[in-house]
Amino acid sequence: MKPLLLIIVPLLGAGLAALWPDNRTRPRLLPVVGFIHAVLCFWLLVAPPEVSVGAWFGFDPLARAVLPAVSLLFLFCAIYCVSYLRIRSERPNRVFVAVLLAVLGLLSAGHQARHLGVLWIATEAVTLAAVPLLHFNGQPRAFEATWKYLLVGGTGIALSLLGSFCLGYASLEGGGGGDLTLTALAAQGAHLSRPWVLTAWVLLLVGYGTKMGLAPMHTWKPDAYGEAPGVVGAMLAGGVTTVAFTAILRVRSVVAAAGEGPITDRTLLIIGLFSMLVAALFLLGTRDFKRMLAYSSVEHMGILCIGAGLGAAGMWAALFHVWNNSLTKGALFLSAGNIHRAAGARTVDDVRGMARVTPRSAAIFVAGLFAITACPPFGPFFSELRVLRAAFETGHGGTAAMFLVCLLFAFFGLTRVVFAIVDGRPRVTARAAGNHFAETSWLIIPPLLLLGFSCWLGLATPRVLQDAWTAAVSQLVTSK
Amino acid sequence: MNERLNLLIGLAMGLNLLALGSSRLPTVISVLSAQGMVLGLMPLLMEHIDWRVAAVAAATVAGKGFVIPHMLRRAMRAAQIDREIEPVIGYVPSLLLGAGGTIAAVALARMLPLLPEHTGSLLVPGALASVLTGFVLLIGRVKAISQVCGYLILENGVYLFGLLLIHATTMLVEAGILLDVTVGVFVIGIIVDRIQRAFDSLDTRKLTALRE
Repeated sequence: MKPLLLIIVPLLGAGLAALWPDNRTRPRLLPVVGFIHAVLCFWLLVAPPEVSVGAWFGFDPLARAVLPAVSLLFLFCAIYCVSYLRIRSERPNRVFVAVLLAVLGLLSAGHQARHLGVLWIATEAVTLAAVPLLHFNGQPRAFEATWKYLLVGGTGIALSLLGSFCLGYASLEGGGGGDLTLTALAAQGAHLSRPWVLTAWVLLLVGYGTKMGLAPMHTWKPDAYGEAPGVVGAMLAGGVTTVAFTAILRVRSVVAAAGEGPITDRTLLIIGLFSMLVAALFLLGTRDFKRMLAYSSVEHMGILCIGAGLGAAGMWAALFHVWNNSLTKGALFLSAGNIHRAAGARTVDDVRGMARVTPRSAAIFVAGLFAITACPPFGPFFSELRVLRAAFETGHGGTAAMFLVCLLFAFFGLTRVVFAIVDGRPRVTARAAGNHFAETSWLIIPPLLLLGFSCWLGLATPRVLQDAWTAAVSQLVTSK
Repeated sequence: MNERLNLLIGLAMGLNLLALGSSRLPTVISVLSAQGMVLGLMPLLMEHIDWRVAAVAAATVAGKGFVIPHMLRRAMRAAQIDREIEPVIGYVPSLLLGAGGTIAAVALARMLPLLPEHTGSLLVPGALASVLTGFVLLIGRVKAISQVCGYLILENGVYLFGLLLIHATTMLVEAGILLDVTVGVFVIGIIVDRIQRAFDSLDTRKLTALRE
């Protein structure tokens, strides 16, 4: 029952928020629901439930390994949101709050889905639900970004449905019943029809890869992250992308069970490296610090794919990196949101000297920069090190070399933008605007705590999480 | 049984070409509506019809044949446009692409292994041709509503493929998928309306503020 509560409670909260009459008190529902969700989620992390084989939803090892990270991220975003929406009190927030809660429920559904059709429905629903969040600012640019997001995301998600059907047909062709539950498909294993399995893998990788933001299907990402409020960017980069990633992992285990594991690994490595390369090159050129975060997200999605393509050790590192990426990106997006609000602009041409205007947000932003570019002692350093080690152990020296080069380029690109906006003398207009923007503690504590968790994960990775990742890897790899 | 189904699929493929060759938005939307109804009738021509199959058929005819076209027509009227001028890919090239794509789809479907009961069927080529048509419209048209029509034809292709699995997948999943598509069009309709207000046009070539 508890696994289903993870889906039901946020959806009920969304309904309640839609009916809540008062614009001022409504945002408080967010942390309340977020707290209940987090408690449930960590309870299940410590005491994992039995999952029945044919169930459509279940808190299985993979959900256990990833969903708590999303829950934690949501909780801090929710706390931040209360202060954020107080600043934005001029805009009605009924839709925003309700939809944000619905996104949490649908994300929980997507992470726990063990049926390809249900997984698709949940992912598509998250895509659609995120739309009102993206154009919360109501400017023409926001609608432009939303349009691109809908069209690119919608097409991608349609292809993944086609891929799901292909996998079902692979089962029919192989003499099975066409049951779309992942366990049934994996159990059929080598009896699945090979040509259909490969067709399905390509379509599903492109489809869910679009949702994840892998290059070359990443084009919606900079626009959407750039125009959306910081807290929405945090949820998209740290929550929605992880659902697509786990979807790809689940499909991969079926395709590997059909005997095409080496091909999946190779495609994941190629698409991962390509994403890192594209992201690194765009990072060297971008002048907008919110778009910069989007390209950084493309880069980290690439890292996840590379990890997933490197066998059991790499997959373990990728699951570790999911946590690090979610928490660190959360800190970066929230502090970037503060800086954006205070500066009133987003490009290095217009924003300078934010260390003086918003000293605390700027400090978190710089610390987050070092965390995301894999400087010790933050978590990303350790997970990327493990990816690298897995690459060397499996004899992928070339991959490892390119991985390092891309990381270096990304480091140059990121530091260039971040120090350009933090250092120097603030613009007069920014200083005036900054006086209207108070860095209240509730705008600072959530990103600070997220960063703290990222650091803690690196220094002392909790035993229970390591066990959860090991269990998830054995779920994904033993079905071979 | 299979012949009648093939006839309907052939009709849907012909409607694809009609959508590619038409410059008037009301025509394209009518084509979409007709295709939706044709698609909705197909499950009734398959073997073993039970109440579930009938329900899928009824819901598809209602959703794809009436509800979605109605929403598109309303968006079109609100935006006061009924013609696609200067498409990125012209009408004749679009038609040629569509025809070539249809031939390629038939050839490609021959290469994939099919169950004995599906070997003579046009379901797989029809699905691939519709997906391709959808892509041509998505890329080749500039008006937001035309692009939505392209997206829906692509969805119709996915639906055609889904018919292969109609007895294997459960009702709930099919209902969920149809619901998601309908809500998707509804959301798209709202965004189209907002773009119209913000940019005073539905020409997606004007959406160029965001780029590197």
